[in-house]
Amino acid sequence: MPTTPDRPEDVSSGLKEVGYLPDDATALVAYLAIKLGKPILVEGPAGVGKTQLAKSLAETLGRELVRLQCYEGLDEAKALYEWNYRKQLLRIQAEAQDIGWQTVQDDIFGEDFLLERPLMTAIASPDPVVLLIDEIDKTDQEFEAMLLELLSDFQISIPELGRIEASTMPLVLLTSNNSRELTEALKRRCLYLWIDYPSLEHELEIVRLHAPELDAKIARRLVEVVAMVRDLDLKKPPSIAESIDWARALLLLGATDIDSKTFNETMSIIVKHRTDIDIVAERVGVKLDAAKDDASAASA
Amino acid sequence: MPLRPDKRPSRDASRRAALFSEPLENPLDAGLTAHLLEFGDELRGEGVALGTSELLDAFTALPEVAWDEPVMFRETLAATLAKSPEDRAIFDLVFERFFFRATEMAALATGIGEAGGGMDESGAEMNLETLREQIAKAIAAQDEAAMRDLARLAIAAYANPGEGSGVLGVDVQRIRRALELRAEPQGEATGDDPRAEGLPREGIRRFEQLLRKELERRQIERTETLPAARPLHELDRALPSGPLQDLAGVHRVVTQLKRRLKTQGQEHRGHKRHAHVDIRRTMRASLQTGGVPITLRYRPVRPRRPELFVICDVSTSVTSASVFFLSVMHALHDSFRKMRSFVFIERVSEVTEVFHRERDFKAVSDAIARDAGVADISGYTDYGRVWGELLEQIQDELHPRSTVIVLGDARTNGREPRADLFGQLAERAGRTYWLNPEPRLYWNYGDSVIDSYARYCEAYECWTTEHLENFVKVLTEPEAARR
Repeated sequence: MPTTPDRPEDVSSGLKEVGYLPDDATALVAYLAIKLGKPILVEGPAGVGKTQLAKSLAETLGRELVRLQCYEGLDEAKALYEWNYRKQLLRIQAEAQDIGWQTVQDDIFGEDFLLERPLMTAIASPDPVVLLIDEIDKTDQEFEAMLLELLSDFQISIPELGRIEASTMPLVLLTSNNSRELTEALKRRCLYLWIDYPSLEHELEIVRLHAPELDAKIARRLVEVVAMVRDLDLKKPPSIAESIDWARALLLLGATDIDSKTFNETMSIIVKHRTDIDIVAERVGVKLDAAKDDASAASA
Repeated sequence: MPLRPDKRPSRDASRRAALFSEPLENPLDAGLTAHLLEFGDELRGEGVALGTSELLDAFTALPEVAWDEPVMFRETLAATLAKSPEDRAIFDLVFERFFFRATEMAALATGIGEAGGGMDESGAEMNLETLREQIAKAIAAQDEAAMRDLARLAIAAYANPGEGSGVLGVDVQRIRRALELRAEPQGEATGDDPRAEGLPREGIRRFEQLLRKELERRQIERTETLPAARPLHELDRALPSGPLQDLAGVHRVVTQLKRRLKTQGQEHRGHKRHAHVDIRRTMRASLQTGGVPITLRYRPVRPRRPELFVICDVSTSVTSASVFFLSVMHALHDSFRKMRSFVFIERVSEVTEVFHRERDFKAVSDAIARDAGVADISGYTDYGRVWGELLEQIQDELHPRSTVIVLGDARTNGREPRADLFGQLAERAGRTYWLNPEPRLYWNYGDSVIDSYARYCEAYECWTTEHLENFVKVLTEPEAARR
């Protein structure tokens, strides 16, 4: 895989090699982001592979992945950089008597005393990296504002040191679960990618890729059931990773078909809420029985 | 005339070439620039917040892709111009409308006719059986491009202009039946005809979608207006209603609301008159600087926590909205200092306990229906009587720091509104709000007497989650920011 793809198809095939099946829009937007040096804002329901996209991109591009997990109350000190106060204090106390203040000052605000946090690491890295800013919607607006400088110019201002500019262009992905409206200013700087649950065929391909030993008939049945479950309006609809887990579990159990018995036994892999389990057992379990009756009637 | 949509050059491609009369190698010629700017203007007209930088991005991005492919072209524009799912939906509609019309006009100008492309809109010469077979093959092969072309042909053949039923779904089904598209195996089909084994259901559904889209596009062309995209978007965010409540929906709204309430209010920070220094945290922070308090830590500004009295109409006309509203309020319990809830129809009854006991939305509405005992004889709302009873129950507890929220449609069923009693309630409470789950359009029509109550309180319409969110914001805003 070349480190800079020439066509969207290159991104697509590269991602496939590392086990991520993108749809056309995903491959295209990733390609554009690499070409234009723009961040991507990835939105979509939980569990459609937003974070995995960043990981796979890093793998296929042969770049290091720097990840910043966002949470409420995340601040500059934890995201950008922090002065290593203890080390600075030690430095002052160790030699302060012998040399002048100016020297000490120049010294303690040097790069030796800087603790790099993810954003800083991504900027300062000599090799291009993939920077994943995960769940940006969990932070507050102040943090978003701070990101703006980084995202448009790829530089960080440190008052004592001056500007640190990126020597290489990182590929930036921001993910969001859309739990909060992001500011227009942030959106303006990004390419936008909405990833939804994959279509039946697409998910079948994904499952087959990750559990190739699974019987084709069961695999199809599995994605049909998962699609059915997702339609039910649950608290937490099953993610793609969970369909893969389920496929692997069925493989281990040596299941030959997904009937209501197998389903009830293994349902907990894809449904993880007590109220959800009740709803799913009620709606899908019955449907599975009916489908089975149809099938046996047809064969008889 | 032989029907070969797959062999002829794509109609779209030739038209697009006509649209951008300059050579394709230079996508950023004046023609395309002007068209894109116009397109941007239309998007803005439909309410998409589009900045110059977004358009610039689109211009930078286009040369990077094989932009003469329809999908690439659209997705590139979408990634740079439409930055939220809502915007994307509008984008798709405007895109279809805009480039459809632009290609039609360019085609007229350069004289590319339908007939030359192998499509005869009159449909008179079409061999219907060939068409059916081609469609069946395209569906079996899941050939998206062919299906789209064939959908156009099918409509040309079966939908005579001016003869549509006006309802897209009906037209789609009529055409599908005429085409004899069925998922069941069809015995009379022979040879390699895919219909012999029945067509894949998903393929048929996809074809129906294409038919619908094409019909929609024709409708847009005829009426020259975009279908009501904005109202639709509003309705999507309407409060969950109906007998089988959308539990997941309630859950989503509540978690969103909670988080938004937490993150909002940052903008008020500058207005703050005095901030209290948090001694404990300042001391701890000073340890990093050798005990010198260089950075001061402040106590966060807590949102105003009003004492709430929520009074909800639960008669059949508004019940779903009100129970939903009550559960949201209770989910937000920690935002308020003290909260008491009442429900009423003909009489009033306190249900604070029910919400403490039951977390499940459905259980709550069941318990209210069973135990509250608010219906007396007729089951119709009696506002006059309710105000009287309520005044008796809570008038001693109301004080200027308490807030009263009423949720109801103010439809009295012809009974006495007793706005004077409501006025007394409002006078004792600090703030009084009225939330009406009916759109403002219907206020004061029929037996709605909202105006006679609105004299004593602030009345809001509240029928989408957005309204609700705005209201909760008003409720928790610090007093200073309100002025």
